[in-house]
Amino acid sequence: MSERMALTGNDSAAYALKQINPDVVAAYPITPQTELMHKFAAYVADGDVKTEFVTVESEHSAMSAVVGASLAGARTCTATSANGLALMWEILYIAASCRCPIVMPVINRALSGPINIHCDHSDTMGARDAGWIQLYSENCQEAYDNTIQAVRIAEHPDVRLPVMVCLDGFILSHTLESLETSDDQTVQNFIGEFERPDNLLNVDHAETFGAFALQNYYFEFKKQQADAMVNAVAVVQGIGSEYGTLTGRPYDLLEPYRCDDADVVLVGLGSTMGTAKQAADDLREEEGLKCGVLKVRCFRPFPGEQLCQALKDVPMVGVMDRAISFGLGGPLFHEVRSARYDAAGPMMNFIYGLGGRDLSLDDAGEVFRTLARAGESGRAEPTVSYVGVRE
Amino acid sequence: MSEGLLEIRWHGRGGQGAKTAAAMVAEVAMEAGKYAQAAPEYGAEREGAPIKAYTRIAQDLIRVHDAIYYPDIVVVLDDTLLDTQQVDSGLSEDGILLVNTRKSPAEVRELLGLEGRRVYTIDATSIALDEIGRPIPNTVMIGALLAVTGVVDLEHIEKSIDKKLGGKLSEGMLKGNKRAVERAAEEVRGEDG
Repeated sequence: MSERMALTGNDSAAYALKQINPDVVAAYPITPQTELMHKFAAYVADGDVKTEFVTVESEHSAMSAVVGASLAGARTCTATSANGLALMWEILYIAASCRCPIVMPVINRALSGPINIHCDHSDTMGARDAGWIQLYSENCQEAYDNTIQAVRIAEHPDVRLPVMVCLDGFILSHTLESLETSDDQTVQNFIGEFERPDNLLNVDHAETFGAFALQNYYFEFKKQQADAMVNAVAVVQGIGSEYGTLTGRPYDLLEPYRCDDADVVLVGLGSTMGTAKQAADDLREEEGLKCGVLKVRCFRPFPGEQLCQALKDVPMVGVMDRAISFGLGGPLFHEVRSARYDAAGPMMNFIYGLGGRDLSLDDAGEVFRTLARAGESGRAEPTVSYVGVRE
Repeated sequence: MSEGLLEIRWHGRGGQGAKTAAAMVAEVAMEAGKYAQAAPEYGAEREGAPIKAYTRIAQDLIRVHDAIYYPDIVVVLDDTLLDTQQVDSGLSEDGILLVNTRKSPAEVRELLGLEGRRVYTIDATSIALDEIGRPIPNTVMIGALLAVTGVVDLEHIEKSIDKKLGGKLSEGMLKGNKRAVERAAEEVRGEDG
């Protein structure tokens, strides 16, 4: 049975966590994630979940606690934003290398400074090399769906890696939308039981976790992590497809929108891709510009091969980055361009929306027009430009 | 655009309930089987600071996630914002401006130098003080919005008051809010009278 509900992004992720009913959740509040954990704490207090809820004194402790619980064989979740994610930094790498299948909604928010509570992707982009899978959500429905799928992806025996479910701070976390939810039993059947036979509490097969590994073994651990990420590509696809059969909402690594005959395509992540789809429709209808959108749902592992395929006939590609890798440009742009190296056409990078600066429908339309002009003139310059910034 | 898209922009001050009103109208529309979206535009939240909130209602999925620049309806919860905020910015030619004020629609029109559009006013703060004993005009403004536009209906609003405010307010306050909604429908003033 499915039910249509009015939920914010925070509420939708909290509702998914309630249905997942994790064994252990440890969390620390930070805007704009706070309401998510308020809501989850209420589920705990009301007895709607059997979760051991650990209130800790920092995000470093939150991540440490879920790593410990995960290694003890528990299904674990937490959630954070921005500076909270930054404070988890050290333990993010340990979670991934200990192969802890932790699920963590990250409510994307700009990193200080200047201090800012609003959305951009500088927090999760900075964590892109930590060994976590990253899924990005376009709306509250996807935040809910991605959180549930993340459990299966993380715990899959070929993967066994932690997953960040990214959703845009305020733009989704505090926005009320209409979404379809499954009933608790359907979610439980989909995610199944978590079993980690190699765990700290299995005294019959005592093992050591997080041990010292120097020149002789460290490299092998890293290669195994890299292999698990490669395996995750097919797992993300398979589980997305299975979820589609269950709910009528299939998921893949990427979501191409009107790309087949497009002259210009914008690639990007998160809530702005909805606005871009609308702009693409409007410009097709009103100005005859053949616009398309390629939404990257799964940023880690990076679906380079699928992305090249989706963009193979597109003359002019633009990439929207809501983060800056200082001294380089937008991180998504550089990964997309790198993936397309052998089949490269001209590309442009648009950096937008830092610190919650609104990306309006008009802005999205202007980006498409800039791409179209570059396509006509054959001059994709400047390579990197900034949307809606005052000089 | 999403079919039948209606965009409402709320202007208020922190504490007046603009965020809650934006969400209640969206929820009511969703309960009536429509798609809707409600979002507050936060600064650093503090009581008394000007804030905006947005409601979108449509017949199908709403994909955009930007601010509302070209509203069909603007609701102003505090008339001291008329001097400092461009409340009519982008308001469509046949759009509606609904203001909580003791001023008449004609006075608001003159103050803003507004041409075209339809202006409605209501002394929502006084009604709120009478009925709920607090100067929080949001439910009154929902009542006025309902009377002027019919975007949502009374019965759904009353249910929403129970659901959204039920945990926070006493039974007396809930009843007061419902009376305030009903009075708003009677007391809202248009330009013809």
